Amino acid sequence: MAEAEEQAPVSPQSEGRSGAGEEAPERTPESGASLGVGEPATSPAGSPGTEDPAGDAKKKIDVLLKAVGDTPIMKTKKWAVERTRTIQGLCDFIKKFLKLMASEQLFIYVNQSFAPSPDQEVGTLYECFGSDGKLVLHYCKSQAWG
Amino acid sequence: MTDDKDVLRDVWFGRIPTCFTLYQDEITEREAEPYYLLLPRISYLTLVTDKVKKHFQKVMRQEEVNEIWFEYEGTPLKWHYPIGLLFDLHASNTALPWSITVHFKNFPEKDLLHCHSKDVIEAHFMACIKEADALKHKSQVINEMQKKDHKQLWMGLQNDKFEQFWAINRKLMEYPPEDSGFRYIPFRIYQATTERPFIQKLFRPIASGGQLHTLGDLLKDVCPSAITPEEAFQQSLYALCNGIWSGEAENNTCRSCAVPGGAE
Repeated sequence: MAEAEEQAPVSPQSEGRSGAGEEAPERTPESGASLGVGEPATSPAGSPGTEDPAGDAKKKIDVLLKAVGDTPIMKTKKWAVERTRTIQGLCDFIKKFLKLMASEQLFIYVNQSFAPSPDQEVGTLYECFGSDGKLVLHYCKSQAWG
Repeated sequence: MTDDKDVLRDVWFGRIPTCFTLYQDEITEREAEPYYLLLPRISYLTLVTDKVKKHFQKVMRQEEVNEIWFEYEGTPLKWHYPIGLLFDLHASNTALPWSITVHFKNFPEKDLLHCHSKDVIEAHFMACIKEADALKHKSQVINEMQKKDHKQLWMGLQNDKFEQFWAINRKLMEYPPEDSGFRYIPFRIYQATTERPFIQKLFRPIASGGQLHTLGDLLKDVCPSAITPEEAFQQSLYALCNGIWSGEAENNTCRSCAVPGGAE
């Protein structure tokens, strides 16, 4: 496995990668980079063997993150996320990005209905609940849907 | 549904005789006797082990007691998997009773989710039900239910009340007569041979030609590596679902466990 564990887990989505693109993504690679988590999805630096765009596309999926209620929004909404990233991993990333305390709770919902368990992988959720080439997830600091 | 009632009962009342032993490095004031329990397959470890916890805490000093967790032959047992799945996945070849080790220290953060109260189990259980209904009915059935119906499902499981649970769950397992099945069949395939998490994909109950899909079709489709060639499949793979194949599980997701076996 050439994939380094430390490789950026989540990258801001650049324009033109996915056909949908109705939410013009605002790229903020600087802020992502300063957190040590972001990089444009099109340059998988440090991961040899991913020049093949098809292979890269397979590894990462587009995730659209939407805030609920009074939870702070993220300027960059669309992210390229590795399929094997868990909900817990994504949750930690959002918390870091929003500068929430580690002790603060953050709930993630699929279909605005259920909260997948923290060890579920986003790739699996995308297979079952993705639409238009992306997975829409809502996040909230309090329990939003039972 | 009435025809299936015997099977539903058998699944619901499936039990695994289990022997709980305190981990050798836990500090006790007296010797800790093992504790025996019949575990319901469809329930969760942390939901049915209050007596186990009490039993071992009696011989321990309060300050030695942290969050309880369970392990089988070195593998921490995930409480958010149904008990039957844990057994089929990790211990299906073991002699009974199933021997589980109890820990109160060194919680394996990387392997297990915390479970500080029954509310956590309830939230997880309801999330599973909702996810399954999203696949079966686009969430229509679960959303049309009242809060008290959701509560009844949970209380049915928590208190081991078959009738109470199925009075509500029946609705989640129905589909309109004009449809010939669910939209998609909720399933998860757990493999004993890999560290990878479960396989879950969209799978329709009916093939494009109109014939009903079988469990074999599903396995061929979603985990072909496990079943080629066909003959090897017959010999080396047992698909277990609640110990039997029933197609209906109590948290609404059919959990199938691919366990290699045979030639030994």
